[in-house]
Amino acid sequence: MKKHEISFTLNGEKVSLEVAPNDVLLDVLRGRLGIKSPKVGCDRGDCGTCTVLMNGRTMRSCLALAVEADGAEIVTLEGANTRKWTQRLQKKFHEKNAFQCGFCAPGVILSATELLEKDPRPSAHDIKEAIAGNLCRCTGYEPIVAAIDEAAKGK
Amino acid sequence: MPITAEFEYVRPRDMDEALHVFSLYKEKARALAGGTDLVVHLKEGAARPEVVVDIKSLPGLGGIAMKGGRLRIGALVTFAGLIESATVKAKFPVLWEAARTVASTGVRNRATLAGNICSAVPSADSAPALAVYGAEVLVLSLRGERRVPISEWFAGPKKTVLAPGEIVTAVELPLPAAKHGGCYMKLSRYEGEDLAQGGVAALAFADRTYRVAVCALGPVPRRCPAAEAALNGRKLDARSLAAAKTALLAEISPISDVRSSKEYRLHMAQVMLGRALESAVSRLFGKGPRYGEGNIA
Repeated sequence: MKKHEISFTLNGEKVSLEVAPNDVLLDVLRGRLGIKSPKVGCDRGDCGTCTVLMNGRTMRSCLALAVEADGAEIVTLEGANTRKWTQRLQKKFHEKNAFQCGFCAPGVILSATELLEKDPRPSAHDIKEAIAGNLCRCTGYEPIVAAIDEAAKGK
Repeated sequence: MPITAEFEYVRPRDMDEALHVFSLYKEKARALAGGTDLVVHLKEGAARPEVVVDIKSLPGLGGIAMKGGRLRIGALVTFAGLIESATVKAKFPVLWEAARTVASTGVRNRATLAGNICSAVPSADSAPALAVYGAEVLVLSLRGERRVPISEWFAGPKKTVLAPGEIVTAVELPLPAAKHGGCYMKLSRYEGEDLAQGGVAALAFADRTYRVAVCALGPVPRRCPAAEAALNGRKLDARSLAAAKTALLAEISPISDVRSSKEYRLHMAQVMLGRALESAVSRLFGKGPRYGEGNIA
């Protein structure tokens, strides 16, 4: 396999590295770049715990080849604190105890960040729809929805 | 999970170059757009290409444009792109409604309409909407362009009539000549991020003609001409709906799988036909639920 030299912006910093065609973005972020907030969950796009922002939109880093990131702007939870909503969400999640094990939290917070960037006044249904692809196996959805709702309302 | 299969990756910027790669490698080349199906298939070994051709830098494959009474949806248009399109919402509301039911936001941000019909799973949510609108798939190869009606596109579960060496460049939908109301009714185990246990799309026109199509109720998504014939020319009421349900049962062939039994699907197909038609007729007259609401059975 011919390796590819790629460059992209990761949390505001330029990174360049060589990747093989079959390297998955999630594995490169975690294994080679030390970015541990996106987790390996289902590894097939269902659970949402590998969520990152690519060019401002949430995506499944388990479903992208690393080579596709060439030229992109990637933001993970580690670098999302410069975004307007992320820190407010994290504070609310902390206050509402909206984590149990925390495995889903990075993905949930990035999905909620994308939601509030698009629509700062979401309905309860909009919130549930926005995080429908982020599975919490501790079944802690109620405090999660409440935390996002309160972050939006600035309570 | 790493991908164990080995392949080359190319990202052509020129259509001619891309078509030469597809022509040279034939079934050993796979097009990569959103990757939400392909990367899973690469991980599981269900796809074993020699070369993955990333089509995201090719010119002319993006954008949603209305021209001469036809809507052209480029092969790189994602489900998020469809949902955000005011034209799709206003002119092809059933496609808009169906797009909102596909997977979840993070997948819709990457997954394309063209990829959905190329994956050709029986439960493809976009397919019933494309079928009732009479969509055509635009296919390109070194031999030239051809147009495939969506009714001839699906060749079996996960199979299409796309030949080795060809790629999909766009999907085109003719604007219905008359005002319509419509609905895509999806049956799933829970609201949000589930594959359809069954799906029914319906269009209703003021001249009392109707169009019906289904997914996940047989090996391929399909129009249902017998159900349509039972309705055409008649007002939607208990009698015409009963006739349509009987006709529908004769043209669907659901299976039992992990998501539901055949019997449940046969029963719910009739329920959903009724709900889809009732919504479609209400919406035709400016009533009923707003598009995107109340369509998860």
